[in-house]
Amino acid sequence: MRQDFSPPAPGRMPHHSFRRFFLPLFAIMVLMLVALAPQQASAFSDEQLRQNAEQLNAKSSTKKLDVIEKMAADGDPRVAAILEAMLDGDLYASKADDKVVIGKKQGKVWQHIDVVSGAVTGESGSADLDKIRINNRLRGALRDALATLNLFSPDLAIRRAAVETVMDTRDPAMAPLLQRAIERESNPDLLARMELAKATMALAAGETSQERLDAIDILASQTTPQIRAVLLQFVNAAEAENYDPKVVAAAKDAVASVESRLKMWQTGGDVYRGISLGSVLLLAAVGLAITFGVMGVINMAHGEMIMIGAYTTYAVQQAFLVFWPAGIGWSLAVAVPVAFLVSGGVGVVVERLIIRFLYGRPLETLLATWGLSLFLQQAIRSIFGASNRQVVAPDFMSGAIEFSTGLVLTYNRLWIILFSLIVVGGIAAVLRYTAFGLQMRAVTQNRRMAGSVGIRTGYVDALTFGLGSGIAGIAGVALSQIDNVSPNLGQGYIIDSFMVVVFGGVGNLWGTVLGAFSLGIVNKFLEPVAGAVLAKIFVLVALILFIQKRPKGLFALKGRAVEA
Amino acid sequence: MTDYRQKYKMTPVLGWLLQDRGGMILLGILLAGSILIPIGNLMFPEGSAFHVPTWVLGLLGKYLCYALLALSVDLIWGFCGILSLGHGAFFALGGYAMGMYLMRQIGDRGVYGDPVLPDFMVFLNWKELPWYWYGFDHFSFAILMAMLVPGVLAFVFGFLAFRSRVTGVYLSIITQAMTYALLLAFFRNDMGFGGNNGLTDFKDILGFDLQSDQTRCVLVVASALMLAICYLVSRGITQSRLGKVLIAIRDAESRVRFTGYRVEYYKLFVFTVSAVMAGIAGALYVPQIGIINPGEFAPAASIEVVIWVAVGGRGTLYGAVLGAFIVNYAKTFFTGVMPDFWLFFLGGLFIAVTLFLPKGVIGAIPAFGAANGGPGAPGNWRDRLASWRANQGGKA
Repeated sequence: MRQDFSPPAPGRMPHHSFRRFFLPLFAIMVLMLVALAPQQASAFSDEQLRQNAEQLNAKSSTKKLDVIEKMAADGDPRVAAILEAMLDGDLYASKADDKVVIGKKQGKVWQHIDVVSGAVTGESGSADLDKIRINNRLRGALRDALATLNLFSPDLAIRRAAVETVMDTRDPAMAPLLQRAIERESNPDLLARMELAKATMALAAGETSQERLDAIDILASQTTPQIRAVLLQFVNAAEAENYDPKVVAAAKDAVASVESRLKMWQTGGDVYRGISLGSVLLLAAVGLAITFGVMGVINMAHGEMIMIGAYTTYAVQQAFLVFWPAGIGWSLAVAVPVAFLVSGGVGVVVERLIIRFLYGRPLETLLATWGLSLFLQQAIRSIFGASNRQVVAPDFMSGAIEFSTGLVLTYNRLWIILFSLIVVGGIAAVLRYTAFGLQMRAVTQNRRMAGSVGIRTGYVDALTFGLGSGIAGIAGVALSQIDNVSPNLGQGYIIDSFMVVVFGGVGNLWGTVLGAFSLGIVNKFLEPVAGAVLAKIFVLVALILFIQKRPKGLFALKGRAVEA
Repeated sequence: MTDYRQKYKMTPVLGWLLQDRGGMILLGILLAGSILIPIGNLMFPEGSAFHVPTWVLGLLGKYLCYALLALSVDLIWGFCGILSLGHGAFFALGGYAMGMYLMRQIGDRGVYGDPVLPDFMVFLNWKELPWYWYGFDHFSFAILMAMLVPGVLAFVFGFLAFRSRVTGVYLSIITQAMTYALLLAFFRNDMGFGGNNGLTDFKDILGFDLQSDQTRCVLVVASALMLAICYLVSRGITQSRLGKVLIAIRDAESRVRFTGYRVEYYKLFVFTVSAVMAGIAGALYVPQIGIINPGEFAPAASIEVVIWVAVGGRGTLYGAVLGAFIVNYAKTFFTGVMPDFWLFFLGGLFIAVTLFLPKGVIGAIPAFGAANGGPGAPGNWRDRLASWRANQGGKA
């Protein structure tokens, strides 16, 4: 994007910046042409078009540039074909009659295509044709001209892209053309966009204070970084050239109002990114909130349960590729229950074989489950190899919503936020409304009493641990979409998960939700200030200090673990 | 066991020394090793049956430093019930202090030949030495820092943690978070500690070439003697009246507090001492290994130390030393012969030791196991299972 219209200092001119220097010149020329010539009809007559095309064969490239500008400014759809041929090097002057034609290689001969009618008028060998030469300057001008001509394309998407190009270049020479495009445009969205483009041009090209004020008025209501840049640039120019103080003041006000709204969007973006990170933390931690929070088991292999879930996703996908390639879109949906069963099953086995012998000895549990995590990592590495596995995103998870304000919401993140809330809601419902949830709460609150009313506490322990692990497996399905599926996947989440659970308060599901989202948001707000790594360090240190202050977390509850 | 103090009317210090059979064996081995290993390496020519090759020196030096680290963990875990999962951080800080000295010793022999700045700073286009690198060209200052920095960190961290009564697993988790935060910090290039690559390419220490056999011998002997000294210090602490309070805190913290002891001060003292020992271990480790990088801060590394102690037998001090040697020898062996198997072995070891050998290898040897007042769990897993069954109804 151009920042100013002044030529760069000699010797510093970057080699692609000819537009900076020359376009203003053409602009002035074209403006003069437009001013002098009687108002043209909206399209060339055949004769005019042919005359103009003949002039493309001029000797000097400056002259050629003039002609290109003139032709482009007209907006005749036939011009596009000619300019495109010129850009591709397919525009020739026939030596016989000195006519300009589009040459098309047909086997060994070249067909001559008439520039006006588009009909084949003859053919010859390559010796009879003189290529119309173009240089880099001309190429640039041709591309600009073609982009502008797209304003009249019948295809809405192409018109939309063309308007954006005009916005970016803000070449005053395009103003009359844009005006013509506005008159023809029927799509209201695009029309508004065109009016905006016109206003940005009017701001740069406006002569009177009133024109400028009108343009500022339109621009001030916008909220995009682009418009902010346009306004800032204008303010600088206005101050340098002593415009009407009223204009300067209005422009500054406009900048301030755009700025403040952008800042709000920025904050909103930070919150969104924080929620997105929070949802990942929540998914990783919510299984732990059950095994650690409810049962009091320090499960250092929790991350590996997540990893197993992610690998299950991969395995399900491979199975789909073999047995039902057409249904690959369903693979993720199928992976969710499968991962729950696989990780949950591993959890039940682990509880029966290891953890039940270690209840009441949290430090030993920690060591044994750490050993388990090493074991599982190596097992997965032996089965699947050490390198990352690819899990393909289904269609509904790829893509993004983009706002003109610069905020981008990717679908996979949105789905993960939604998914994490569904998972938490599901767990809350299981705990609250099912018989198993009731038994689980009973065993947590008073094991002996629960046992004496006939609850098989050992089974409840195993199932509870299985539930926590299974949920970790579900988290693995989601995380396989945004993280590398590798044997080390789980290790990255274990410390964060514990932090979330401890911060939120052990044994409290809602504490975990709040803990995850607040940690995520704090992290994302610190990131622009301190950088990603430092932000993480700050959060860790703050958490360490927080735990010193409130050792039992935000929401302290009583449970088996608390006294251990 | 015979009470030698009664029998021979010895002074208390000699008494607790002689009563400690495992400790006497350990000290004897360390002393004998300190004499025989240099002789074996320097006096006997290669090929002789008594020759100690240089690579053995390297391994022994490494194991001795790990043993010292394990000792420091056992001092707090075995005797005060503080399970630190961040002791690798103190070890690494001591190592970095020594590494900074060794970096300064390189002088203008680095790749870029800058007389003051280490290579990585020249590479990062730094113009002058950061303030926290001042003084590290003096050996004594570096040694002081290798003890002071871990000590101060442990003191501040411990003060905050113990004062607010963060205990048990919570303490373990925040020590892990501490070392994790340091890991992230030391990975940053602008911290000024070499970032990802850490400090390496050392040339000499106190003017002696680090690659020469003589220097290596001296370093191994220094490690052995330092281990012996730290063992004696630890033993002294645990046998003193203060040590009795520590053991009481391990077994029933609240009761000790209600009896009128300031529990947090005892814990803070032993935690700081332990961190200083870990720092010394790190400082001895770096010149022998030749590199220090942020990987030493990894939480996994710190947890591994705990398993050394658990394998050897916590609460015995010499057990920790034994465990460090056993596990690290196994690591050297397995990573050489079948690298894929190592993590299976280590993982299995964690599980097996906690389930079946709660008092470690030492606890399984009747002559030692019975005599030791280690943590109150019964020694073999059948008893353990029986007691667990008996307690099934009792946990609430």
